[in-house]
Amino acid sequence: MKVLPIDPEQSPLVILDLLFKLKIKDVMTAPVFTVSRRDTLRAVQRLMKERTITGVPVAEDGRLFGIVSVDDIINALDGGYIDDPVEQRMSRNVVVLEEDMPLSFGTSYFRKYRFGRFPVLNKDNRLVGILSSRDVSASLLLELFKEYRRLEQQVQPPPAPEFDHIRLQFKVRRYDFENAGKASYELKRILTAQQTDPRIVRRAAIAAYEMEMNQIVHSIGGVISCSIAGRRIEIVARDLGPGIEDVEAALREGFTTANDWIKSLGFGAGMGLPNIRRVSDHFEIHSKPGSGTTVRATILIPNVPPADGAGAGARAAAP
Amino acid sequence: MRITDLAAQLGAETVEAPDPAAEVREGYTSDLLSDVIAHAPSESVLITIQGHLNTVAVATLAGIRAILLANGRPAPDDMRAAARREGVAILRSPENQFALSHRVHRLLHGP
Repeated sequence: MKVLPIDPEQSPLVILDLLFKLKIKDVMTAPVFTVSRRDTLRAVQRLMKERTITGVPVAEDGRLFGIVSVDDIINALDGGYIDDPVEQRMSRNVVVLEEDMPLSFGTSYFRKYRFGRFPVLNKDNRLVGILSSRDVSASLLLELFKEYRRLEQQVQPPPAPEFDHIRLQFKVRRYDFENAGKASYELKRILTAQQTDPRIVRRAAIAAYEMEMNQIVHSIGGVISCSIAGRRIEIVARDLGPGIEDVEAALREGFTTANDWIKSLGFGAGMGLPNIRRVSDHFEIHSKPGSGTTVRATILIPNVPPADGAGAGARAAAP
Repeated sequence: MRITDLAAQLGAETVEAPDPAAEVREGYTSDLLSDVIAHAPSESVLITIQGHLNTVAVATLAGIRAILLANGRPAPDDMRAAARREGVAILRSPENQFALSHRVHRLLHGP
Protein backbone atom coordinates (compact mmCIF):
# COMPACT_ATOMS: atom_id res chain seq x y z
CA MET A 1 0.00 0.00 0.00
CA LYS A 2 1.25 3.40 -0.88
CA VAL A 3 0.93 5.51 2.25
CA LEU A 4 1.34 8.77 0.45
CA PRO A 5 1.01 8.69 -3.32
CA ILE A 6 3.15 11.70 -4.08
CA ASP A 7 5.82 10.89 -6.58
CA PRO A 8 7.93 13.99 -7.22
CA GLU A 9 8.76 12.84 -10.72
CA GLN A 10 5.12 12.63 -11.68
CA SER A 11 3.72 15.60 -9.79
CA PRO A 12 2.80 18.95 -11.26
CA LEU A 13 5.36 21.69 -10.79
CA VAL A 14 3.13 23.51 -8.37
CA ILE A 15 3.26 20.52 -5.98
CA LEU A 16 7.01 20.25 -6.32
CA ASP A 17 7.26 23.94 -5.53
CA LEU A 18 5.22 23.47 -2.40
CA LEU A 19 7.22 20.41 -1.34
CA PHE A 20 10.38 22.51 -1.37
CA LYS A 21 8.87 25.70 -0.04
CA LEU A 22 7.13 24.17 2.99
CA LYS A 23 9.16 22.90 5.91
CA ILE A 24 8.33 19.90 8.06
CA LYS A 25 7.52 22.22 10.97
CA ASP A 26 4.89 24.04 8.84
CA VAL A 27 3.02 20.81 8.31
CA MET A 28 3.56 18.55 11.32
CA THR A 29 1.13 18.06 14.18
CA ALA A 30 2.38 19.78 17.33
CA PRO A 31 2.29 19.43 20.23
CA VAL A 32 2.40 15.68 20.13
CA PHE A 33 0.85 13.15 22.53
CA THR A 34 3.52 10.98 24.13
CA VAL A 35 3.79 8.19 26.67
CA SER A 36 6.64 7.42 29.03
CA ARG A 37 8.64 4.20 29.06
CA ARG A 38 6.87 2.93 32.17
CA ASP A 39 3.33 3.35 30.79
CA THR A 40 1.54 0.14 29.77
CA LEU A 41 0.59 -0.72 26.22
CA ARG A 42 -3.02 -0.64 27.41
CA ALA A 43 -2.59 3.02 28.35
CA VAL A 44 -1.24 3.62 24.84
CA GLN A 45 -4.24 1.81 23.35
CA ARG A 46 -6.62 4.05 25.37
CA LEU A 47 -4.79 7.15 24.28
CA MET A 48 -5.01 6.07 20.63
CA LYS A 49 -8.71 5.43 20.99
CA GLU A 50 -9.44 8.75 22.75
CA ARG A 51 -7.37 10.84 20.37
CA THR A 52 -7.99 8.79 17.22
CA ILE A 53 -4.28 8.49 16.51
CA THR A 54 -2.37 5.52 15.18
CA GLY A 55 1.12 6.07 16.55
CA VAL A 56 2.50 7.40 19.83
CA PRO A 57 6.12 8.38 20.46
CA VAL A 58 7.69 7.29 23.72
CA ALA A 59 9.44 10.33 25.15
CA GLU A 60 10.43 11.89 28.46
CA ASP A 61 11.22 15.59 28.75
CA GLY A 62 11.48 15.86 25.00
CA ARG A 63 13.90 13.00 24.66
CA LEU A 64 12.69 10.34 22.23
CA PHE A 65 13.11 6.65 23.18
CA GLY A 66 10.89 4.85 20.73
CA ILE A 67 7.45 4.65 19.15
CA VAL A 68 4.36 2.46 19.52
CA SER A 69 2.15 1.99 16.48
CA VAL A 70 -1.34 0.59 16.24
CA ASP A 71 0.19 -2.57 14.76
CA ASP A 72 2.18 -3.04 17.97
CA ILE A 73 -1.06 -2.76 19.96
CA ILE A 74 -2.82 -5.35 17.80
CA ASN A 75 0.12 -7.71 18.23
CA ALA A 76 0.05 -7.12 22.03
CA LEU A 77 -3.65 -7.96 22.20
CA ASP A 78 -3.04 -11.02 20.05
CA GLY A 79 -0.01 -12.11 22.09
CA GLY A 80 -1.62 -11.32 25.44
CA TYR A 81 0.96 -8.79 26.65
CA ILE A 82 -1.15 -5.63 26.49
CA ASP A 83 -0.38 -4.83 30.14
CA ASP A 84 3.41 -4.87 29.65
CA PRO A 85 5.29 -1.60 30.03
CA VAL A 86 5.93 0.21 26.77
CA GLU A 87 9.69 0.04 27.25
CA GLN A 88 9.71 -3.72 26.63
CA ARG A 89 7.73 -3.69 23.38
CA MET A 90 8.23 -0.35 21.62
CA SER A 91 10.13 0.02 18.34
CA ARG A 92 13.52 1.45 19.19
CA ASN A 93 14.92 2.06 15.74
CA VAL A 94 12.86 5.11 15.05
CA VAL A 95 13.25 6.99 11.79
CA VAL A 96 12.91 10.71 12.54
CA LEU A 97 12.67 13.95 10.59
CA GLU A 98 14.10 17.34 11.50
CA GLU A 99 11.79 20.28 11.72
CA ASP A 100 13.78 22.48 9.32
CA MET A 101 13.90 19.94 6.51
CA PRO A 102 11.82 20.71 3.44
CA LEU A 103 8.61 18.75 3.18
CA SER A 104 10.09 16.87 0.19
CA PHE A 105 12.17 14.90 2.73
CA GLY A 106 8.98 13.95 4.50
CA THR A 107 7.28 12.65 1.37
CA SER A 108 10.38 10.75 0.28
CA TYR A 109 10.55 9.12 3.76
CA PHE A 110 6.97 7.95 3.42
CA ARG A 111 7.82 6.27 0.12
CA LYS A 112 11.11 4.88 1.39
CA TYR A 113 10.16 3.53 4.83
CA ARG A 114 6.48 2.69 4.64
CA PHE A 115 5.81 4.01 8.13
CA GLY A 116 2.57 5.87 8.77
CA ARG A 117 4.23 8.63 10.79
CA PHE A 118 7.60 10.08 11.73
CA PRO A 119 8.49 11.87 14.95
CA VAL A 120 10.02 15.31 14.30
CA LEU A 121 13.03 16.59 16.26
CA ASN A 122 14.47 20.07 16.52
CA LYS A 123 18.17 20.99 16.30
CA ASP A 124 18.67 19.97 19.92
CA ASN A 125 17.23 16.54 19.22
CA ARG A 126 14.10 17.27 21.23
CA LEU A 127 10.76 15.87 20.09
CA VAL A 128 8.64 18.80 18.78
CA GLY A 129 5.96 17.13 16.66
CA ILE A 130 4.89 14.24 14.51
CA LEU A 131 4.31 14.03 10.79
CA SER A 132 1.60 11.74 9.45
CA SER A 133 0.54 11.24 5.86
CA ARG A 134 -2.71 12.95 6.77
CA ASP A 135 -0.80 16.10 7.81
CA VAL A 136 0.92 16.12 4.44
CA SER A 137 -2.22 15.67 2.35
CA ALA A 138 -4.20 18.22 4.36
CA SER A 139 -1.51 20.89 4.20
CA LEU A 140 -0.87 20.28 0.51
CA LEU A 141 -4.56 20.68 -0.23
CA LEU A 142 -4.69 23.86 1.81
CA GLU A 143 -1.61 25.29 0.14
CA LEU A 144 -2.84 24.29 -3.30
CA PHE A 145 -6.08 26.07 -2.62
CA LYS A 146 -4.18 29.21 -1.57
CA GLU A 147 -2.02 28.93 -4.67
CA TYR A 148 -5.08 28.47 -6.85
CA ARG A 149 -6.68 31.58 -5.38
CA ARG A 150 -3.50 33.55 -5.92
CA LEU A 151 -3.21 32.43 -9.56
CA GLU A 152 -6.86 33.09 -10.16
CA GLN A 153 -6.50 36.64 -8.95
CA GLN A 154 -3.37 37.10 -11.01
CA VAL A 155 -4.69 35.70 -14.26
CA GLN A 156 -8.24 36.98 -14.16
CA PRO A 157 -8.98 39.89 -11.87
CA PRO A 158 -12.67 39.86 -10.95
CA PRO A 159 -14.63 42.07 -13.37
CA ALA A 160 -14.96 45.51 -11.90
CA PRO A 161 -18.62 46.40 -11.42
CA GLU A 162 -17.66 50.05 -11.59
CA PHE A 163 -15.69 52.17 -14.00
CA ASP A 164 -12.06 52.84 -13.42
CA HIS A 165 -11.53 56.51 -13.63
CA ILE A 166 -11.79 57.66 -17.25
CA ARG A 167 -11.24 61.28 -18.18
CA LEU A 168 -11.92 62.87 -21.54
CA GLN A 169 -11.33 66.43 -22.64
CA PHE A 170 -12.40 68.20 -25.81
CA LYS A 171 -11.68 71.71 -27.05
CA VAL A 172 -14.64 73.49 -28.56
CA ARG A 173 -14.27 76.49 -30.89
CA ARG A 174 -16.81 79.13 -31.69
CA TYR A 175 -19.05 78.34 -34.71
CA ASP A 176 -17.21 75.07 -35.33
CA PHE A 177 -20.39 73.21 -36.27
CA GLU A 178 -18.40 70.65 -38.18
CA ASN A 179 -16.97 69.15 -35.02
CA ALA A 180 -20.13 69.37 -32.98
CA GLY A 181 -20.78 66.02 -31.38
CA LYS A 182 -17.15 64.89 -31.02
CA ALA A 183 -17.31 64.85 -27.22
CA SER A 184 -20.76 63.27 -27.07
CA TYR A 185 -19.84 60.58 -29.65
CA GLU A 186 -16.78 59.60 -27.70
CA LEU A 187 -18.62 59.57 -24.39
CA LYS A 188 -21.39 57.47 -25.92
CA ARG A 189 -18.88 55.07 -27.45
CA ILE A 190 -17.07 54.47 -24.15
CA LEU A 191 -20.25 54.07 -22.12
CA THR A 192 -21.78 51.70 -24.66
CA ALA A 193 -18.60 49.62 -24.80
CA GLN A 194 -18.91 49.20 -21.03
CA GLN A 195 -22.46 47.80 -21.39
CA THR A 196 -23.97 50.85 -19.73
CA ASP A 197 -27.77 50.99 -19.75
CA PRO A 198 -28.72 52.67 -23.08
CA ARG A 199 -31.03 55.09 -21.26
CA ILE A 200 -28.09 56.33 -19.20
CA VAL A 201 -25.95 56.56 -22.35
CA ARG A 202 -28.58 58.68 -24.06
CA ARG A 203 -28.89 61.05 -21.10
CA ALA A 204 -25.12 61.51 -21.02
CA ALA A 205 -25.01 62.04 -24.80
CA ILE A 206 -27.77 64.66 -24.61
CA ALA A 207 -26.01 66.59 -21.84
CA ALA A 208 -22.66 66.50 -23.63
CA TYR A 209 -24.12 67.42 -27.01
CA GLU A 210 -26.07 70.39 -25.70
CA MET A 211 -22.97 71.63 -23.88
CA GLU A 212 -20.95 71.38 -27.07
CA MET A 213 -23.65 73.21 -29.01
CA ASN A 214 -23.91 75.94 -26.38
CA GLN A 215 -20.18 76.55 -26.55
CA ILE A 216 -20.18 76.50 -30.36
CA VAL A 217 -23.14 78.86 -30.63
CA HIS A 218 -22.77 81.20 -27.65
CA SER A 219 -19.21 81.15 -26.28
CA ILE A 220 -15.91 82.32 -27.65
CA GLY A 221 -14.68 78.74 -27.12
CA GLY A 222 -14.23 76.37 -24.25
CA VAL A 223 -13.53 72.90 -23.02
CA ILE A 224 -15.81 69.92 -22.35
CA SER A 225 -14.48 67.51 -19.74
CA CYS A 226 -16.03 64.14 -19.04
CA SER A 227 -15.15 62.06 -16.06
CA ILE A 228 -16.46 58.55 -15.50
CA ALA A 229 -15.63 57.06 -12.13
CA GLY A 230 -17.51 54.42 -10.22
CA ARG A 231 -21.18 54.98 -10.87
CA ARG A 232 -20.79 58.66 -11.62
CA ILE A 233 -20.64 60.37 -14.98
CA GLU A 234 -19.69 64.01 -14.72
CA ILE A 235 -19.70 66.31 -17.71
CA VAL A 236 -18.35 69.81 -17.27
CA ALA A 237 -18.42 72.62 -19.83
CA ARG A 238 -16.10 75.56 -19.13
CA ASP A 239 -15.89 78.45 -21.51
CA LEU A 240 -13.91 81.65 -21.59
CA GLY A 241 -16.83 84.00 -22.10
CA PRO A 242 -18.78 86.12 -22.67
CA GLY A 243 -20.93 84.82 -19.76
CA ILE A 244 -24.67 84.86 -19.27
CA GLU A 245 -26.50 88.06 -18.28
CA ASP A 246 -29.48 86.39 -16.65
CA VAL A 247 -28.86 82.77 -15.65
CA GLU A 248 -32.41 82.30 -14.33
CA ALA A 249 -33.86 83.33 -17.67
CA ALA A 250 -31.41 81.15 -19.61
CA LEU A 251 -32.72 78.10 -17.74
CA ARG A 252 -36.29 78.75 -18.90
CA GLU A 253 -37.32 76.67 -21.91
CA GLY A 254 -37.64 78.83 -25.00
CA PHE A 255 -35.40 81.64 -23.80
CA THR A 256 -32.69 82.27 -26.38
CA THR A 257 -30.22 84.89 -27.51
CA ALA A 258 -29.29 83.03 -30.71
CA ASN A 259 -29.41 84.81 -34.06
CA ASP A 260 -31.52 83.75 -37.05
CA TRP A 261 -28.68 81.99 -38.79
CA ILE A 262 -28.16 79.73 -35.77
CA LYS A 263 -31.90 79.14 -35.54
CA SER A 264 -32.11 78.19 -39.19
CA LEU A 265 -29.72 75.33 -38.43
CA GLY A 266 -32.11 73.95 -35.85
CA PHE A 267 -30.36 75.31 -32.79
CA GLY A 268 -30.82 78.24 -30.46
CA ALA A 269 -34.37 77.41 -29.52
CA GLY A 270 -33.75 77.86 -25.83
CA MET A 271 -33.78 74.13 -25.10
CA GLY A 272 -30.11 73.44 -24.42
CA LEU A 273 -29.78 74.23 -20.74
CA PRO A 274 -33.27 72.91 -19.86
CA ASN A 275 -32.40 69.67 -21.70
CA ILE A 276 -29.15 69.31 -19.76
CA ARG A 277 -30.90 69.95 -16.47
CA ARG A 278 -33.64 67.46 -17.31
CA VAL A 279 -31.25 64.57 -17.98
CA SER A 280 -28.96 65.27 -15.00
CA ASP A 281 -29.17 63.92 -11.49
CA HIS A 282 -27.22 66.98 -10.33
CA PHE A 283 -26.99 70.17 -12.31
CA GLU A 284 -25.00 73.31 -11.61
CA ILE A 285 -24.37 76.46 -13.57
CA HIS A 286 -22.10 79.36 -12.71
CA SER A 287 -21.79 82.34 -14.98
CA LYS A 288 -20.90 85.99 -14.88
CA PRO A 289 -20.99 88.47 -17.74
CA GLY A 290 -17.43 89.32 -18.68
CA SER A 291 -16.05 86.03 -17.43
CA GLY A 292 -16.96 82.52 -18.48
CA THR A 293 -19.69 80.00 -17.85
CA THR A 294 -19.31 76.64 -16.17
CA VAL A 295 -22.03 74.02 -16.48
CA ARG A 296 -21.71 70.81 -14.53
CA ALA A 297 -24.00 67.82 -15.16
CA THR A 298 -23.78 64.67 -13.08
CA ILE A 299 -25.50 61.45 -14.12
CA LEU A 300 -25.52 58.57 -11.68
CA ILE A 301 -25.55 54.98 -12.93
CA PRO A 302 -28.10 53.07 -10.84
CA ASN A 303 -26.71 50.10 -8.96
CA VAL A 304 -28.84 47.51 -10.72
CA PRO A 305 -27.77 44.83 -13.18
CA PRO A 306 -28.29 45.99 -16.77
CA ALA A 307 -31.58 44.91 -18.30
CA ASP A 308 -31.61 42.32 -21.09
CA GLY A 309 -30.31 43.75 -24.30
CA ALA A 310 -28.42 46.52 -22.53
CA GLY A 311 -25.52 45.88 -24.87
CA ALA A 312 -27.66 46.31 -27.99
CA GLY A 313 -26.85 49.98 -28.42
CA ALA A 314 -29.72 52.42 -28.41
CA ARG A 315 -32.31 49.73 -29.10
CA ALA A 316 -34.01 50.10 -25.72
CA ALA A 317 -33.43 53.81 -25.47
CA ALA A 318 -36.75 54.99 -26.82
CA PRO A 319 -38.28 57.39 -24.29
CA MET B 1 -39.78 48.34 -42.04
CA ARG B 2 -36.57 48.17 -44.01
CA ILE B 3 -35.20 51.54 -45.07
CA THR B 4 -35.09 50.48 -48.75
CA ASP B 5 -38.77 49.43 -48.59
CA LEU B 6 -39.69 52.71 -46.91
CA ALA B 7 -37.98 54.70 -49.69
CA ALA B 8 -39.70 52.61 -52.37
CA GLN B 9 -43.16 52.97 -50.79
CA LEU B 10 -42.72 56.74 -50.42
CA GLY B 11 -41.20 57.14 -53.86
CA ALA B 12 -38.32 58.91 -52.11
CA GLU B 13 -34.81 59.19 -53.46
CA THR B 14 -32.17 57.21 -51.57
CA VAL B 15 -29.29 59.64 -51.11
CA GLU B 16 -27.26 57.43 -48.78
CA ALA B 17 -28.06 53.98 -47.48
CA PRO B 18 -24.97 52.63 -45.74
CA ASP B 19 -27.02 49.80 -44.21
CA PRO B 20 -29.96 49.13 -46.60
CA ALA B 21 -31.29 46.26 -44.48
CA ALA B 22 -31.59 48.45 -41.36
CA GLU B 23 -35.13 48.65 -39.99
CA VAL B 24 -37.07 51.69 -38.79
CA ARG B 25 -39.92 51.21 -36.34
CA GLU B 26 -40.85 54.79 -35.45
CA GLY B 27 -40.96 58.24 -36.96
CA TYR B 28 -40.35 61.74 -35.63
CA THR B 29 -40.87 65.10 -37.25
CA SER B 30 -38.95 68.16 -36.11
CA ASP B 31 -36.51 70.77 -37.30
CA LEU B 32 -35.32 71.66 -33.87
CA LEU B 33 -32.29 69.52 -33.17
CA SER B 34 -32.45 70.03 -29.40
CA ASP B 35 -35.98 68.73 -29.55
CA VAL B 36 -34.89 65.79 -31.71
CA ILE B 37 -32.09 64.73 -29.41
CA ALA B 38 -34.34 65.05 -26.39
CA HIS B 39 -37.45 63.31 -27.71
CA ALA B 40 -36.95 61.30 -30.92
CA PRO B 41 -37.30 57.54 -30.41
CA SER B 42 -34.41 55.30 -31.41
CA GLU B 43 -34.68 53.06 -34.51
CA SER B 44 -36.64 55.84 -36.13
CA VAL B 45 -36.82 57.92 -39.30
CA LEU B 46 -36.47 61.67 -38.77
CA ILE B 47 -38.58 63.84 -41.09
CA THR B 48 -36.93 67.25 -41.28
CA ILE B 49 -35.77 70.07 -43.48
CA GLN B 50 -32.43 70.26 -41.63
CA GLY B 51 -30.08 69.08 -44.36
CA HIS B 52 -26.67 69.52 -42.75
CA LEU B 53 -23.90 67.81 -40.84
CA ASN B 54 -25.35 68.36 -37.39
CA THR B 55 -28.52 66.49 -38.26
CA VAL B 56 -26.37 63.39 -38.70
CA ALA B 57 -24.66 64.04 -35.36
CA VAL B 58 -27.97 64.31 -33.57
CA ALA B 59 -29.34 61.26 -35.38
CA THR B 60 -26.32 59.21 -34.34
CA LEU B 61 -26.62 60.25 -30.71
CA ALA B 62 -30.35 59.56 -30.63
CA GLY B 63 -30.18 56.22 -32.46
CA ILE B 64 -32.13 57.54 -35.47
CA ARG B 65 -31.52 55.30 -38.50
CA ALA B 66 -32.73 57.44 -41.38
CA ILE B 67 -33.09 61.14 -42.12
CA LEU B 68 -35.91 61.91 -44.56
CA LEU B 69 -35.34 65.36 -46.06
CA ALA B 70 -38.61 67.08 -46.99
CA ASN B 71 -39.28 69.71 -49.65
CA GLY B 72 -36.48 68.31 -51.80
CA ARG B 73 -33.85 69.86 -49.54
CA PRO B 74 -30.31 69.05 -50.67
CA ALA B 75 -27.83 67.01 -48.65
CA PRO B 76 -24.40 68.63 -48.71
CA ASP B 77 -21.33 66.48 -49.29
CA ASP B 78 -20.08 66.72 -45.71
CA MET B 79 -23.48 65.58 -44.49
CA ARG B 80 -23.43 62.62 -46.85
CA ALA B 81 -19.89 61.67 -45.80
CA ALA B 82 -20.90 61.81 -42.13
CA ALA B 83 -23.97 59.67 -42.83
CA ARG B 84 -21.86 57.00 -44.53
CA ARG B 85 -19.39 57.09 -41.66
CA GLU B 86 -22.06 56.81 -38.97
CA GLY B 87 -24.30 54.34 -40.78
CA VAL B 88 -27.29 56.70 -41.00
CA ALA B 89 -29.44 56.66 -44.17
CA ILE B 90 -30.49 59.85 -45.99
CA LEU B 91 -33.70 59.86 -48.07
CA ARG B 92 -35.17 62.81 -49.94
CA SER B 93 -38.67 63.61 -51.12
CA PRO B 94 -40.24 66.66 -52.79
CA GLU B 95 -43.24 66.40 -50.43
CA ASN B 96 -43.57 68.53 -47.33
CA GLN B 97 -43.23 67.35 -43.72
CA PHE B 98 -46.96 67.23 -43.11
CA ALA B 99 -47.61 64.89 -46.03
CA LEU B 100 -44.55 62.76 -45.36
CA SER B 101 -45.41 62.38 -41.66
CA HIS B 102 -48.88 61.14 -42.59
CA ARG B 103 -47.56 58.61 -45.10
CA VAL B 104 -44.74 57.34 -42.88
CA HIS B 105 -47.17 56.92 -40.00
CA ARG B 106 -49.52 54.84 -42.17
CA LEU B 107 -46.64 52.69 -43.42
CA LEU B 108 -45.27 52.02 -39.95
CA HIS B 109 -48.43 51.87 -37.86
CA GLY B 110 -51.25 51.22 -40.35
CA PRO B 111 -54.20 53.46 -41.25
